[in-house]
Amino acid sequence: MTAVGLLERQWTERPGLLGWLTTTDHKRIGLLYFWTTLVLFGAGGTEALLMRTQLAQPNSHVVGPEAYDQLFSLHGITMIFFFIIPMTTGAFGNYLIPLMIGARDMAFPRMNALSFWIFLGSGIFLYASLALGSAPDAGWFDYVPLASRQFSPGRNIDFYCLALIFNGVSSTLAASNFIVTILKLRAPGMSLNRTPLFCFAFLAASFGLLFALPALTADAVFLYLDRRVGTHFFDVAHGGSALLWQHLFWIFGHPEVYILIVPAFGIATSIIPAFTQHRVVAFPLVAIAELLVVFIGFGVWAHHMFATGLPTVTLIFFAAASALVVIPSTIQVFAWCLTILSGTARFRTPLLFIVGFILFFVVGGLTGIMFVAIPFDQQMTDTYFVIAHFHYIIFGAAVFPIFGGMYYWFPKLTGRMYFELPGQISFWIIFAGTNLLFFPMHVVGLDGMPRRVYTYPGGLGWGTYNLIETVGGYITLAGILLLFGNLVVSYVRGERVGRDPWHGPTLEWTIPSPPPEYNFAVIPHVTSAYPNWEPLAGDLVLDEGHQQPITTAADGELAEIAQMPHESPWPVLLGLGLALVFALLVVEKFLVAGIALGLCALVLAAWHR
Amino acid sequence: MLGGAWIGLLLVALLLAFAWIRRNRRGPSEAASTRIVVALGVALPIAVIATLFFVSDVFIIRTTQAPAATATRLTIRVIGHQWWWEVRYPGTTAVTANEIHIPVRTRVLLQATTADVIHSFWVPELNRKIDTIPGRVNEIELDADGPGVYRGACAEYCGVQHAHMALAVYAQPRAAFRRWLALQERPAKAVRSAGAALFLDGTCSECHAVRGTSASGTEGPDLTHLASRHTIAALTLANTVHDLAAWITRNQQIKPGNRMIDVRLPAPKLRALVAYLRSLR
Repeated sequence: MTAVGLLERQWTERPGLLGWLTTTDHKRIGLLYFWTTLVLFGAGGTEALLMRTQLAQPNSHVVGPEAYDQLFSLHGITMIFFFIIPMTTGAFGNYLIPLMIGARDMAFPRMNALSFWIFLGSGIFLYASLALGSAPDAGWFDYVPLASRQFSPGRNIDFYCLALIFNGVSSTLAASNFIVTILKLRAPGMSLNRTPLFCFAFLAASFGLLFALPALTADAVFLYLDRRVGTHFFDVAHGGSALLWQHLFWIFGHPEVYILIVPAFGIATSIIPAFTQHRVVAFPLVAIAELLVVFIGFGVWAHHMFATGLPTVTLIFFAAASALVVIPSTIQVFAWCLTILSGTARFRTPLLFIVGFILFFVVGGLTGIMFVAIPFDQQMTDTYFVIAHFHYIIFGAAVFPIFGGMYYWFPKLTGRMYFELPGQISFWIIFAGTNLLFFPMHVVGLDGMPRRVYTYPGGLGWGTYNLIETVGGYITLAGILLLFGNLVVSYVRGERVGRDPWHGPTLEWTIPSPPPEYNFAVIPHVTSAYPNWEPLAGDLVLDEGHQQPITTAADGELAEIAQMPHESPWPVLLGLGLALVFALLVVEKFLVAGIALGLCALVLAAWHR
Repeated sequence: MLGGAWIGLLLVALLLAFAWIRRNRRGPSEAASTRIVVALGVALPIAVIATLFFVSDVFIIRTTQAPAATATRLTIRVIGHQWWWEVRYPGTTAVTANEIHIPVRTRVLLQATTADVIHSFWVPELNRKIDTIPGRVNEIELDADGPGVYRGACAEYCGVQHAHMALAVYAQPRAAFRRWLALQERPAKAVRSAGAALFLDGTCSECHAVRGTSASGTEGPDLTHLASRHTIAALTLANTVHDLAAWITRNQQIKPGNRMIDVRLPAPKLRALVAYLRSLR
């Protein structure tokens, strides 16, 4: 039997539904993440459009205040925890990182499956709250004492706490997996200075998640205990502190913002070289900048709290720290621009989305710099100006590269090309819609419109701007529908392309499209940061079981050959068990929840038997 | 600052446009590109943020800070409630709601606290916003240059009716302000009427106070001089006979979830009650 035949037999998984339930293949897990997050993106987008419809006119009654509060809370929670993070790390990272570093799977394939099943469980858990009419309604920031039992006696906030703890388990597993994969599974010869910038971005995001999430988890555990067990972490009347919630929340929350955006940098630094046929200029500066953004992001949290009455010295410290983030950000902006300028650029759909991303990032970044001015922050915080600022970042800059990346890697995933003209049209529609949607928010914000209001009075001059925003929202929706329509039709009718339609720089373009189960028939030996632009080298076949070379973290020298695990039913079962535990915690059946947790321990024991 | 932002955006847009125009030609060398990245990506932002930081956070910030208690002529205490503002003038017996009167060209110390959750006191034309945090007293200065009405609102999400938690600051000439404060200090005139009896014996007095009568509830706004205000329900409605009647009977429709109940009254009783409320000058 040939080596390829042998590899195929060893790596092909069970067919059918059972195959998907027990899979440990990073590509299938990536696709599971993709489809799940897409559904959740639809939910978050529907929530946004319902809000925009309600706000299109003053004093309108499309949805009532209670429904509106649940909508804006769910919108934030969904888009941050259940769309952008799992779409970038879960879908893009899972599918692409092993391909980019020349690996056959993630470092911990079963843990990878587990992180998906937990993520799916937490998503269903969160939306079960909506079906039961008690979705979280104190915002994604969930400030106490509004979120305390006294002011929110329903189950709404319990769902919030438990869904985020549950989701956090999944993100923690995924982040550890990415860190080990990127540091230890790179193909021989791929030293750090030859590692794709995409991987640096995901490394930064993963380290960020790993260190930021504990603060959020602790916060959510404290709140759940305050609400249902009777502790007093946030209860001022009994010596607790209401501001403690905010500190812990933003110690997580601000790094989180950079965790959302950094993978987008990674996608941009993949697309730009492919469409300019030019190396990213100032490569080491850009790699360091990607890591620095997240690192500095841990020291700026209190700039979300400038109106809480903190001492002026504290404000000045955090304003100065926030100012520093500007430097690594501008380094990257100009490196992207100069790379496009240096190469011979083909402005096809993926690059258009990256150009859009750069412009949005610059607008959102420039309005972000303004918050360094403490008096300006204290005037503009909690207004629509802030909504405009961070949607330029989170939608314009974090999601545009996701769209661009969908077009860019579509031929890799499907073996077919998308249709170019509808692709470019979808870009222009989304670009125009997004600006119409978010730009007027700067104006109403400067004019004094506060955030999180379900309606506003007529006669203050806000109606026209809000109407334009709503129209922009529906235009954006039309563009997004065209984008997905294009991809669906292309999947069926698109022109068949070979392994490398773009002459892309990184290793995923050296293998067939769609990639075989084992990814690389021959483990590549890497001699540059743009290995597909160099002659291919490598002679390791490794066809005895699930074999994977392990290399040293810095220099990428071959250290050992590891045997990777096969498909397994335990991850999905453990995910199911944990979902049961969290469901029981919501209804305060602590004893039964304890028993369910014991069952999970048994599953874990069986897994490691 | 806005101008600077437009220049920054223009710079990047021009670079990208230039890249599009020269899309078929190679650009600067690697070394030249790196120099440009360092100049525009490191040196330029350092200059910009240092300037912004010093101008705003060292100099402008001084003008927005709370004054020392000794430097001010008047202290006002504002207490945030779900979903209205209680206003007190320490040293006097005056209590009002949602409409704050201040003398013009006077440094006023405003102390913001909360009776329940976190709110944020914000009158954009007069100063920055300040959160009301349980267990803390936060202070800012109000100083109106000229007479006028300055609209404000709660800026921190505080529950279902956060959207209807506005307030107004009335800046008046000093003499007019003193007259207003003297009026607010007085208890209500004793009235014997069907409306007064309804108010004092019915559910109203459980939550609302009218100083000088037996009504001493503290859950809702003090109504001693209700008729001297221009609006009701945190600027949700005008203070008219019609709107008062609408508020009493169907406030849960107008401001759903607010802490008051709909008080269903036959028309004559409702007219009597509204007449009493309108008499509270």
